[in-house]
Amino acid sequence: MTELVDSTNSSESYTMTESAVPNISAGDGPLKMTTRNVDVFYGDKQAINGVSIDVTMDNVTAFIGPSGCGKSTFLRCLNRMNDTIPIAKVTGEITLEGEDIYAAKMDVVQLRARVGMVFQKPNPFPKSIYDNIAYGPRIHGLATSKDELDNIVETSLQRAGLWREVQDRLQDSGTALSGGQQQRLCIARAIAVDPEVILMDEPCSALDPIATAKIEELIHELRGKYAIVIVTHNMQQAARVSQRTAFFHLGTLVEYGVTSDIFTNPTQEKTRDYITGRYG
Amino acid sequence: MTGSILFLLIIVLGGIAWFFGRVKATRFSATNPKRGTVHSLPNYHGWYVALWAIGPALLFLVIWNIASPALITDAALASPAAEQLPQGQFARGAILAEARSIASGEQVRAFNPLSQSMVEPYKAAISYYQMIGMVAALLLVFACGVFAWLRIKPELRARTKIERVTMMTLLLASLIATITTVGIFASLIFESARFFSMVSPIDFLFGMEWNPKAVAGPRGETGFGAIPLFWGTVFIGAIIAMIVAIPLGLMSAIYLTQYAPPNFRAWMKPILEVLAGVPTVVYGYFAALTVAPALRDFAVSIGISGASSESALAAGVVMGIMIIPFVSSMADDSIAAVPSAMRDGSLAMGATKSETIKKVLIPAALPGVVGGVLLAVSRAIGETMIVVMAAGLAANMTANPFSSVTTVTTQIVQLLTGDQEFDSPKTLAAFALGLVLFIVTLLLNLIALRVVKKYREAYE
Ligand SMILES: Nc1ncnc2c1ncn2[C@@H]1O[C@H](COP(=O)(O)OP(=O)(O)OP(=O)(O)O)[C@@H](O)[C@H]1O
Ligand SMILES: [Mg+2]
Repeated sequence: MTELVDSTNSSESYTMTESAVPNISAGDGPLKMTTRNVDVFYGDKQAINGVSIDVTMDNVTAFIGPSGCGKSTFLRCLNRMNDTIPIAKVTGEITLEGEDIYAAKMDVVQLRARVGMVFQKPNPFPKSIYDNIAYGPRIHGLATSKDELDNIVETSLQRAGLWREVQDRLQDSGTALSGGQQQRLCIARAIAVDPEVILMDEPCSALDPIATAKIEELIHELRGKYAIVIVTHNMQQAARVSQRTAFFHLGTLVEYGVTSDIFTNPTQEKTRDYITGRYG
Repeated sequence: MTGSILFLLIIVLGGIAWFFGRVKATRFSATNPKRGTVHSLPNYHGWYVALWAIGPALLFLVIWNIASPALITDAALASPAAEQLPQGQFARGAILAEARSIASGEQVRAFNPLSQSMVEPYKAAISYYQMIGMVAALLLVFACGVFAWLRIKPELRARTKIERVTMMTLLLASLIATITTVGIFASLIFESARFFSMVSPIDFLFGMEWNPKAVAGPRGETGFGAIPLFWGTVFIGAIIAMIVAIPLGLMSAIYLTQYAPPNFRAWMKPILEVLAGVPTVVYGYFAALTVAPALRDFAVSIGISGASSESALAAGVVMGIMIIPFVSSMADDSIAAVPSAMRDGSLAMGATKSETIKKVLIPAALPGVVGGVLLAVSRAIGETMIVVMAAGLAANMTANPFSSVTTVTTQIVQLLTGDQEFDSPKTLAAFALGLVLFIVTLLLNLIALRVVKKYREAYE
């Protein structure tokens, strides 16, 4: 695949645009992030093609789509993690609370404190559980005293549903936890800097069903406190945890809408094919 | 006929044996075309016969060369001329040795007329035993060759047997390196034991005065207290050199792995590796002729007393520079081995690049870096050329980097060069020093390798 969009596709996407663009803001509730006509290139290769989406505060937004369609790429635009890939280039407009995050005056470090991220594979630092959580607050100077820091660590772990399991062994290494616990530790770590948005890239793909259920439950509880965007391969999961779903295909946004509509009554043929498992 | 001609002859006979084996095998392969009836290809049968022809004969020649000198001496002593020899062991041995070298053509004229009389019996004995050896070797070639040739038949597993011989040869080659190490260690222990029978190990290991004398002084002091040498070695190799090498090596590794654009890295890494390949004697020049005088002038100009032109600092700094590529490449490997998920995790928390390096990458890479540093220390304390050229000989116990200190390796060189009797304590002390050095570097290497291995496992 050298060209993401071939001629037949683009004529199709033209007709599609008619119906897809209107539901850019499938959200109600306060807008958190908006994206307009975002393109991403890796070198000469275009990975995202004109994606416009609104992320709202009160809803969990799920990105679904076949492997390689650009979900992770697009997600990483939202906290500028693509900056770490030298060949990646992002164009278009992405705002957080109305502020253009790709503007020259935007401080990337501050942005990432406001838009946290949880990765596919749990990646706790090889430090103690306590230090893992305290990492962010320390570098951002969020706590002025030891008590305050202890407090942040405790509430973050409580919110991530991990406190009861680890309260007696905060000094153990974070890497000694089970995979599911590690992933909740990473969520707690993201929560600890008090972000406004949390991005999750297939947070459960390395976990067993029980650990997955715990994370999903956690996402339910975190909803409303943070704007949450989750990438998932698992359509049941998207249906369970999200209220808004965006379906990506070959770097374009095919359909974006209320999750239950997307799953029961998709407007696009491709979406239907994908969710009924005809391909992907 | 000399040994080398005999050797060549055996090899040629082996070639012929190979040919005959192959011919026979080719013949029965042709008559048994069905797959599976002939186990091995004709070539393998050829090699099978050739190895049988050559192997036992060469083995015999090796043993014969070790055993025959004693037999030759016995035969020569049995001759009538031997009756005039003096009875004393020492004089007798000298005469025999002389006669022997004349007989074998290494020496032209005898100093002792008695030796001259022994030359003829020696010559006779040598040619007699040479003849026996040669005939026996050739007989072995034929006997074993024919034996093997008779044994080859379609179902002989020549291929498997050759495989085993190949394996044994490779094993032997690898054993040689191991055995040599063990041998070196054993000889160090042996000579050190002789040294410690003359000088007490306590005096040696804990003595504060290094001033080796051939004979003990009036109060029994021998001047073999090695502490000043150990201190000098540690001061130069483990302190000054590491103060230079660790920060510079680490920082260059961080720059190269984290900040450098790929094409700069592609240039820089080979250059660093060239630095590691510079012969140490060149560093020695550099230390002795450039760095040392400059440092002394500097020390004098700021009024430091006791500045010497052979300063610990000069040797240590240059050694540190020599070690930089070593530390840097070990650190580079360990930092690169930290999963990028770790780095991304930290960046996604809103940490800057340098915060990420300081708080995540370096702590995670630390065990690997420590292992690398230990290996570097072990190299530095065994390093000889730079310190011989730049560190001086005065065994001072001083922490002043501008004054002169001496190291274990310098003193080993010092003790072994020059006219020394081989069993004086002064010479043997070199072995004792070598033993200490060997043990320390061995331990450092073991610890370092273990640390590095554990670290690798942590990120499997
Ligand atoms: N670092 C990179 N360099 C070059 N190309 C990349 C890079 N990362 C992703 N791509 C390309 O961009 C396209 C989208 O990749 P992306 O990882 O965003 O897909 P995805 O939807 O997350 O897939 P998956 O579901 O398998 O995670 C792919 O064609 C991929 O090959
Ligand atoms: Mg992905």
